[in-house]
Order: sequence, then C-alpha cells, then structure tokens
Amino acid sequence: MSGYRLSQGGVIDRARTVNFKFDGKSYAGFAGDTLASALLASGVKLFGRSFKYHRPRGVFASGSEEPNALVELRTGAYREPNTRATMAEIFEGLEAASQNRGVSLKYDPLAVNNWLSPFLVAGFYYKTFMWPSGFWEKIYEPMIRRAAGLGRNAGMPDPDCYEKTTEFCDVLVIGGGADGAAAAIAAAEAGQRVILCDENAPLYALQLPESVRLFSRTTVLGVYDGGTYAALERLTDHLPSSSAPRQRLVRIIAKRSVLATGALERPIAFGHNDLPGVMLSRAVGDYVTRYGVAPGRNVLLYLNNDDAASLIPTLHGAGVKLAGVVDARPRSSDALYDAARAAGAPVYAGAAIIRAVGAMGVKGARIRLAAGGELSLPCDIIAVSGGFNPNLALTSHFDGKPVWDERIAAFVPGILPPGMEVVGKAAGQGINANILPVFHSGYVPGKSFLDLQNDVTVKDMKLAEREGFASVEHMKRYTTLGMATDQGKTANVNAIGVLAEALGRGVGETGTTRFRPPYVPVAIGALAGAHTGRYFRPMRLTPTHGWAKELGAVFVETGPWLRAQYFPQPGEDWLSAAQREVNTVRLAVGICDVTTLGKIDIQGPDAAVFLERVYTNSWKTLAIGKVRYGLMLREDGMVMDDGTTARLGETHFVMTTTTANAGRVMQHLEFCAQILWPELDVAMISVTDQWGQIAVAGPKSTATLAKLVDAPFDLSDEAFPYMACGALTVYGGVPARLFRISFSGERAYELAVPARFAHALAEKLMEAGAEYGIAPYGTEALGIMRIEKGHAAGPELNGQTTAHDLGLHKLLSKKKDFIGRAMAARPALMDTQRQTMVGLKPVNERDVIRAGSHLLPVGAQAKAENDLGHVTSAARSPTLGSIALALLAGGPARMGETVRVYDPIRGGDFEAVVTSPVHYDPEGKRLHA
Amino acid sequence: MRIFCPHCGERGLEEFTYAQDAERARPTDGGATPTKEWEGYVYLRDNLKGPRREYWYHGGGCHAWLVVERDVSTHEILSVTVP
Repeated sequence: MSGYRLSQGGVIDRARTVNFKFDGKSYAGFAGDTLASALLASGVKLFGRSFKYHRPRGVFASGSEEPNALVELRTGAYREPNTRATMAEIFEGLEAASQNRGVSLKYDPLAVNNWLSPFLVAGFYYKTFMWPSGFWEKIYEPMIRRAAGLGRNAGMPDPDCYEKTTEFCDVLVIGGGADGAAAAIAAAEAGQRVILCDENAPLYALQLPESVRLFSRTTVLGVYDGGTYAALERLTDHLPSSSAPRQRLVRIIAKRSVLATGALERPIAFGHNDLPGVMLSRAVGDYVTRYGVAPGRNVLLYLNNDDAASLIPTLHGAGVKLAGVVDARPRSSDALYDAARAAGAPVYAGAAIIRAVGAMGVKGARIRLAAGGELSLPCDIIAVSGGFNPNLALTSHFDGKPVWDERIAAFVPGILPPGMEVVGKAAGQGINANILPVFHSGYVPGKSFLDLQNDVTVKDMKLAEREGFASVEHMKRYTTLGMATDQGKTANVNAIGVLAEALGRGVGETGTTRFRPPYVPVAIGALAGAHTGRYFRPMRLTPTHGWAKELGAVFVETGPWLRAQYFPQPGEDWLSAAQREVNTVRLAVGICDVTTLGKIDIQGPDAAVFLERVYTNSWKTLAIGKVRYGLMLREDGMVMDDGTTARLGETHFVMTTTTANAGRVMQHLEFCAQILWPELDVAMISVTDQWGQIAVAGPKSTATLAKLVDAPFDLSDEAFPYMACGALTVYGGVPARLFRISFSGERAYELAVPARFAHALAEKLMEAGAEYGIAPYGTEALGIMRIEKGHAAGPELNGQTTAHDLGLHKLLSKKKDFIGRAMAARPALMDTQRQTMVGLKPVNERDVIRAGSHLLPVGAQAKAENDLGHVTSAARSPTLGSIALALLAGGPARMGETVRVYDPIRGGDFEAVVTSPVHYDPEGKRLHA
Repeated sequence: MRIFCPHCGERGLEEFTYAQDAERARPTDGGATPTKEWEGYVYLRDNLKGPRREYWYHGGGCHAWLVVERDVSTHEILSVTVP
C-alpha cells in the first residue's frame, strides 16, 4: 500500500466520488479517474499476473500502450476481457476483475511457471511439444491455453449494440494534444472542414472553432486507400449502463490528415523490472498531474535522457520524495543536476539499475555505480525512461518504413501515406537530443523483461539471435515479442536495440517490424456494427409475404430472399405438406410466388441480336407473343444460368434468370452491352422488384385464370397455346403479363402484375380456384416437381457443368457466335466419360436417396479412385417415391445400370438404378392436360 | 478505396465490383473453335506490377462499366473513364 491521493492537483472532479469494485472489493475514486489512477490512489499495486510466468504485475504506463494492467470489465454477458486499466474510466457501480490468476491475485499456483522458467524460453512451445504430434490438439494446446493467457471470453452472445458511420472532412487531425489542437485551429481558420480525433476522455475543455468537430474517446485505428481512415469511438464504455450503442466504428474520408500522436516512452530493461512499482517516468508524472495521484512515496528515477528529467520538479512540486536519479549517461546535464539538487536527491551519473528488489512490489533497487561498486537504495517506485519513440504506427500502414534517427535515438516516420503530414513529437520534433541510447542494463542476474505483456526477456532475444533469428520479423514471430493487445508499444525498440547489439549492427540497419492496423484492439462487435444475426444482411421479402404468413407458411432463406417453403395444415410435417401441395398441382391447381426469379427488361432495335449472342440458342426467330427457354454460358464454356425469355414486341424482351444468379446475370449482360458490343443499340434494366409474379399450375389452371382475365383476352389453347405470352388486364383493369410456361410440368401459367397488386392477386386466385381445391405451394413442392421433371437448378448449375453435362447440348447453336462457344468446344469438355446428369431410383423401395451421396460401381470399394459422381438433388415424390438427380461419369451410357449409393457421413449404402433425369411424364403430355 | 465515377462522383469501394483487367480484347474470330487466342483471353494473366487498366462495375450506382487505371502495387487510381 504505497500509492495515495495528493491533497491537490489533477483534472479530476473531487466533488464527485465514484464507487466501484475490483476483484470484489469496494473502492472509491473521483469522476475523471481511470481504473488505474483510482486503484493507485487507493494503494493498490498488484493488477494482474503475467502471460507466461504468472509473475505479479502492476500498472506500467498511463495510456493505451499499457502492457500489464489488463482487466476484465463488467460481468456476465457484458464481461469484456483484456481492457487496459489505464484507459477504462470508472463509473458508479463498475465491477472490474484481474485476469490470468489463480485463486486470488496474491496466491497464484501457476506462479510455479516462474520457477520452471529456464525451460520456458523463446521458442519453447515449438521445441517441446513436438511429439507425439497427436498430443498437440488434445493435450498440449488446451494445457498451454489454460496456463498462459489473457482474460476470459464471456462465452455468451454480446448483448451490447454497436454502430458504423461514415464522416467526411478536408483535414483529419489525429491526436488532441497541443500540436493537434494547433493544427486543427489553423486548418479551421483556413476554411477547411476539420475532424479532430483524440483517444482520451475530454479532460480539458479545448477552445476550438465551431468548424472543428471533436471526437473524444476516439482512437484512429488504421489508414486505408483513398484517404480512408478507420476510427473507434467509445460512446458509453464510461457510463454505468445505457441502451445507446457502446462503440461506433467511424469511417472517416479525409482529403488530408495531420498526425499529432506525440511520442511514447520506452523503458530500460533491468533485472526484475516487471515488479509492481516499476513504471514509465512519464506515467508517474501523468498520475501526479492529471489525476492528483502519487503512485508511491519514494521514487527512484532511472533515465538516459533529459526529457524524462521533467519528472523531478513535478514530484518535488507535489511533495513526493525523490530517492535519487540514476543516469546512464556518464555526465548528466546541468539542468538535471539543478533540479535534483532542488529536490534534495542524489544523482548517480554513469550508473545503472541492475535489479529491482522486492517480492510483490518494489522495495528498493540495486545500483551499479560508474566507479564499479554497487549500492542498494530503498524506494517503492522506479520511474524509468529509455527515451521517447515518436508514435508513428499509423505512418507505416501504407508500407512506410520508419527510419532510425541517431540524433534522438528513435525511429521517425519514413515515407508517409498519401495526404498525411506528421507534426510535433510524432515527427521526432521536440524530442531532446541529449540521450545515450541504452536499451538494457547488461546481462544481469534475474529476468530483464523487454516485453512485459508476452514475458519476453533480454536473454530470450539473445537466444533467438543465437538460433539464427536475425531478422526482426523472424525474431518477432519466434519470441512473440510485440504481439498481443499492446503490439509491443513499449517493447519493440528495446528489443531491436538488443538484437542489433547481439548482431553487432546498428539499430537502423537492423530495422523495425512494420505496424499494421488496428492501432488498438477492437471488439469484433464494433466491426460487425448492426449487421448481426438476422440483420447480417438485408432480407428481401416477396410481395405476397404477408399473405403467405396469414396462411401459416413456413419460410426459408433462398439467397437474400425469404420464401414460403411449405404451407402446413394441422397435423402435417414438412414432407406431408409438400407432398400434398404436389398432388394438388398434379391433380387440380396450385399457386406459388415466383417473384424472386430475376426479371430483366431488354429493349432496343438490336435486342434480338443481343440475345443471340448471350444465349446459346436462336432468338431472331422467336415470334412476338412467344416465350423460349434459353441457356447462357460463361466465356469459359461452363453453364452460367438458364431461364425463359419472352418477346413482348419487335424490340422488347423480358428475360427471367434463376433466383440465385439474378445479380450476376444483370452484371454480365451490362458488361456485354457496354464493353463487348457497344455498337448494339440495346438497353436493359432489372424489373425484379417491380413485377410480382405468381405461378398458376395444374390441370385447372386455365379454368382458374379464366375467372380473372378481363375480356376480350382469349385464354383458349388455340389463342394462347403453350409458350405463349401477352399483355392483358386482370380483375377489372390491373395491367398484367401472362406467360404460358411450366416449371412443374403441368399445364401452367405465370402471371405478373405490378408488385403492389401481387398480394391481392394471390387472394383473387385463391377465390377463383376454391371450387377446384386450389392450394398455395412453396419451395419444397417446387423442388419435388422440378426433380420429377429433371430440370437442372442450382445444385446442377454449379459452375463446373457444361451444356453436354446437363443434357442441353441441343441448345448449342452451330450457326452463330455466342458467349462461351469457343471454349465449350474443348475436347476434354466433350468427353463422353464426363459426369453427366442422370436420374436415380433406389432398387429397394425402402431406401431413400440423399443429396451429397457418392456413386460407386456395385461391388467396388469406397475409395476416391472408384468415385463415379454424386447425387446433386433428391426428392420424396408422392407418386414415385425416392428419386434423385445425379452427375454420373459416362451417365447416358449407363441408363438401366445399377450403381452403389454411398453416404458414409449419414450412413447410407444401397443400390440404385440409373434412369432418365425426367422421372415424370417424359412425353410432356401434362403440359396440355 | 475511393473511385471517382464519371457519372456519380467520388464513391466508396463498396459500391463497385472488380471484374477483370481491361488489357485484353475478346477474339473476333466467331468463336467456333478453342484457339490459343481464346485460351489466352479466358485464362492467361500477366499479373504485372504498376499501373494497370481494369474493368470495374458500378453496381451500387449507375450500373456503368468503367475502365479504372490503377497502380496495383500502391492502389493509387490514376484515371476512371467510361469506355
């Protein structure tokens, strides 16, 4: 218990006490405190256990670079692990907990890892847990994960909500310190639209012009192409509870940016430098000046530069005792001597702290003096400074390599992202050149940590170098230095310094690892924003959705659409409902919303020529008022899509596509029209959403429709035969299009009306067909009937099948050019041994064929080399029993043969007979029934 | 990434779809047989560094196919034209 609240100072609100809990114990702080400052003020030193060795750890820094003090915030499903106590603002009722510990923070049985540490060196996991290989997943990895690690996942769906926004500005200023504020004001005065992002809570009321938009608690995470920046705004993390979004991912589009992120201090490594009480010098200063907290009662300062000497008057002014100044430089500056003298503290120039003394916290330090002797000094805080690194992570997101600047012994920005300017300490300006580059106190007894978060020591680095990991990128991956939540913000440069020393090279020559986004850890929820669960993507509803819902339809997702799957009546399961719907269509009449099929309106004098080129079959000969089935290939000769296209006029066609490919076909047609054949006078537009389309199928379809069509439209077979189409009006003047086409194989129509009339149309059809026993049918019945009829659909149009494979080769015109013609003629694609679409029926009627089953020769072993193909679609036909479509090697030649249907995953192994894919009404008589 | 559509102005990447490079011309031989020229058009890509011409589709906007000249190693967009 050594930290305490100073009687004055800081920008906290001492009038407002805030109560919170840490590891179940109650504490109080002030409004404006972070969890770190409030706990330090309460005398807490121990914040967590380290990643690998479970060593006790305290607060090391005061900002987002904190490697040690990671805690879990809130409870239950709201629990968030790995939160930096230095960034978490306290609020009334906050519950925080330490992580990676045993029974309690003080007594951690896994601290035994510390004594095993000679075996836990760099690359230890790679070297030790090699054998037997099967042990890795089941034994070693879970064991390591349990022993070494960070916080615990809540293990429940994230109940918080998040959002995403986009903002635009002329100038984005990153960092709200003096340099950033000045840049924002200057840009605003020049008439620019400015956004200023600052990572911290608004402690000071910045006096900014109105045209500057300030985003507080907002961390810029990454820089992307075209002046795009990602930032994370923490909206309610500092509030007890709120229904507002917790965080907001802000995409900022900026013409220019100013990076004013300042510099981050780096430590000097020495023995046991991870003991609670060892802190960055500027963090000690921050706690005093920002929060009015003395982290300890007796501070020893260890430095190698003049910038850190500013802590001396800060402590002296706050009345905190300074035990002494250990300066790695052979001679300290006069200013430092003067300040130390004023504070009454001795200065040890040319000296080094070799070891921190203490068990659960700093009790003193062992110092190696310039003259050669050693000295012990009592202290409870060791404030350390090894220099200042420009905070340049964002400058290297565009592959810019930081450059070593000998003058200030730090990496400074190299080539900058387009439009970015760096100012102040982030650019290396204003960092004192009076520095002696020292990264560690030598190879001293006890662990000297370089990376506190990953428990990587000076010796680990040396070992990695001895084992040949001489490149910084290899070193990082081998030792794990610079990984995890802090990305080595306080560790990287020292590690590179130690590696350079071991290699006998300069630091600049050794180089640095590249920084990648995000700058700080981001909750996955923030990246997802509102797009979770059923909101993952927009759901498209058919125009008869409400009608189907009233009838008790069960819905299914088909691509972006929600479609009626089946309409169960009391006591029916999906199969009996679907089979009843099929029977109704085959025996009477049924209706089904087919709006989801892509509908493309194509017009222009060259529309027919255009269709000739995109479809494999002939279109010029199609008469006005007629519909034709068309097949479309990709340029590589594989089938892209199929559907019917109707000719409504000399220069007017309406194409339908499959539901799944609607967008892709539209894009393809536009490519053909705009890029391949700009000379054609043709235009097209998607009308999928504009027309609601309902299939009316079954022997009673004509009689049903006859009640709806307005006179004088003639529905007779002579006037409107199979494959006819036409414009008409229905039930008293609603404009409509009628197509006599059939997917079910029965006498059938598709009737299209403007989408807003589709719901009413469905109701009218139900009334009109009531006397025939009309029923709505869904995608299950649709699927059964198309498999009965052997129509290829999604599972067969899988991007690997040709027209030949699907038995559609008669549609390949020999008289004209079309997309895919040349490549479809490749000999291997014409091979009769290719897998070709066939029908299947089980030999034994009790067997049920399942899609995905593999086909093998009867008696052959179930090995990949015996594989003949697979079942693509399977159905339970009410009249034919189990039937299927399959892709079978040399299919047509095997008609009547028996094959083995093998489904090891779901346990199916039986024989089936190869049939024609058209299981039902092969002559097509039903179309006219 | 931001693309300046000649019809719609500067828009975000999410409105566009990349299709293919715009350096190749579709063979005009009538397409009856799979010649080397066709194989080259369909499959072979040089994958060169530096400025390349590419087809992008503004599906989230005007539905225009655009020729975008882009440095594929820096993502810098040098020009956008309607072919």
